[in-house]
Amino acid sequence: MATEKLSMAQALNRALRDSLAEDPSVYVFGEDVGPLGGVFRITDGLTAEFGEDRCFDTPLAESGIVGMAVGMAMNGMRPVVEMQFDAFAYPAFEQIASHVAKTRNRTRGKVGLPMVIRVPFAGGIGGVEHHCDSSEAYYAHTPGLKVVTPATPEDAYYLLREAIASPDPVVFMEPKKLYWAKEEVDFDRPVPGIGKAVVRREGTDATLIAYGPSVSTALEAAEAAAQEGRSLQVVDVRSVVPFDDETVCAAVRSTGRAVVVAEASGYASVASEIVARVTERCFHSLAAPVRRVTGFDIPFPPPKLERFQLPGVDRILDAVDDLQWEDQ
Amino acid sequence: MAEHQGLLPSEQPIQLLDESGTPVDDTDLRMPDSQRLLEAYTSLVIGRRVNDQASALVRQGRLAVYPSSHGQEACQTGAALALADGDWLFPTYRDTAAVIARGVDPVEVLTLLKGDWHAGYDPYAHNVAPQATPLATQLLHGVGVAHAARLRGEDTVVMALCGDGATSEGDFHEALNFAAVFKAPVVFFVQNNEYAISVPLAKQSAAPSLAHKGVGYGVNGERVDGNDAAAVLAVLARAVEAARSGEGPQLVEAHTYRMQAHTNADDASRYRSEDEVDPWVARDPLLRMETYLKKKRVLTKARQAEITEKAEQVAAHMREGVNRDIEPDGAELFRHVFAEPTPQLTEQAAFLADELSREGN
Repeated sequence: MATEKLSMAQALNRALRDSLAEDPSVYVFGEDVGPLGGVFRITDGLTAEFGEDRCFDTPLAESGIVGMAVGMAMNGMRPVVEMQFDAFAYPAFEQIASHVAKTRNRTRGKVGLPMVIRVPFAGGIGGVEHHCDSSEAYYAHTPGLKVVTPATPEDAYYLLREAIASPDPVVFMEPKKLYWAKEEVDFDRPVPGIGKAVVRREGTDATLIAYGPSVSTALEAAEAAAQEGRSLQVVDVRSVVPFDDETVCAAVRSTGRAVVVAEASGYASVASEIVARVTERCFHSLAAPVRRVTGFDIPFPPPKLERFQLPGVDRILDAVDDLQWEDQ
Repeated sequence: MAEHQGLLPSEQPIQLLDESGTPVDDTDLRMPDSQRLLEAYTSLVIGRRVNDQASALVRQGRLAVYPSSHGQEACQTGAALALADGDWLFPTYRDTAAVIARGVDPVEVLTLLKGDWHAGYDPYAHNVAPQATPLATQLLHGVGVAHAARLRGEDTVVMALCGDGATSEGDFHEALNFAAVFKAPVVFFVQNNEYAISVPLAKQSAAPSLAHKGVGYGVNGERVDGNDAAAVLAVLARAVEAARSGEGPQLVEAHTYRMQAHTNADDASRYRSEDEVDPWVARDPLLRMETYLKKKRVLTKARQAEITEKAEQVAAHMREGVNRDIEPDGAELFRHVFAEPTPQLTEQAAFLADELSREGN
């Protein structure tokens, strides 16, 4: 079965199924994840295969879901919970910030919480309000959480398997707009783990740094640039926390120019953090200030206006054009 | 409907001993046996001594703050004694005496308020969760521990504590609802001490009683005189057994009173009068149990001296431990964020170490 063509949704489903089968301490729960299989069908068939104890519906209360998962993790289990949409996770924020993130620290290492909070996030699917937030910075800013976001079905499979096996809590952010596109998944070759970035496309003129939903956009931009004779490298961050300074900075040093691409509003964002880190570490290799292409600092727009907000190929190429090429 | 009527608490809080220490027999609950009551009395005396010693250590500048349960010791004692060894206790910041009654070393418990770390004890050593400062959040953790145990076929019961103010929080509602839906073996024990810092119960809830809230979730509610240690023990023991035998979660409200300010940093005279506090002095839980046990000749002078001596030993141990300064280790700050420090934390730990070495520390 070396490789198989799967969508990200199918790959995530496979990861949950394999984890449930291999480890009896894994439990999957949340809103509508039982017989329905989740609104995105990520948990499709799991209740039927593993029973109502292992994959179950909860009352409709996100703080309750995460709070109960904390207790189950304290008591020997590995809960994997689903927040139905990015903005629906906010009622759980106190549990996440005060307990999920801090319990290992509060107890001086005595109580670890091996749990995964799955969050379908970001835009690009024409969702109405409260369904399209890029909420990664809230989690990334909270010490004690690992924050991961896959950009391919293969990464989705391996990163979720690793998140479930992790001794630490992981916020697993799933780019909704990439749920359905199919790609080959190689089941014989694990991808680099949590904490590792990866170069998705080699290039020599400038580096695009992206994660989750923006990786496919960055790759499109690199393809368009190639047709205009400019060679763009694309780095997929994959793991927002911990961040792979080594891979990202090596990539930037190799080209001397960089643009960070992210859907989230730019102010006080993961993108700003990446710019700061790259600038601090690669200053003498840079031919131009590191640029950002992010969402505007506005609440996520209604479906018919989201194209103004989302970073697109043209906006990325304009930023690349602005990297002081005249100095060459 | 009749079944739902059964969820409602009694009209009046259950009492086994009235304020004068005289047995009341208008309840179907049996008085715990003398041995059990003596155990409870010992725990009450130690709890009171712990409370007053900790408050003294605040005045001496050795603890940052201490939210005392002075006057609520019957609840503290009952919560701990009603549990079996394998059960779990989920305490709040005001439940230090209950944590100690469960067997945790007082000095480890006071690590939090001494400021050496956050939770100072190993939660798995006595199945006592870290004392929760955020309100009602720990109730959900209790539900999770209980649900996990039930899934594994264990007969663990969780005693989850909160105060009257916490019943206004969303997590109180979510915890009762989740526990009821999953039939999780949890006893939710609300110590209604009439105040959430300065806000009296009347401004907190319009429910007939806090125990009445159970009916909305399909959870059995019960009310008990929180200053009657015998009744608290009997009511909680019954609730624990109901939860253990698969009857689902139970809600018990104890009617008690916060005799002192919220903490030493609070000034209770700004929101309540001495006239209000005075009647509660006569309802003291220690006095009531002492009167009863002396009348029954269970508590002899010699026995009482022994108990006092035991409490003094606990207080001496607290003073000794809390007065001992521990040199804080900055490197430890990075050790417990993740199982393995991230490259960023390793870098930051090295930065701090370098800074300290240059300061000559």
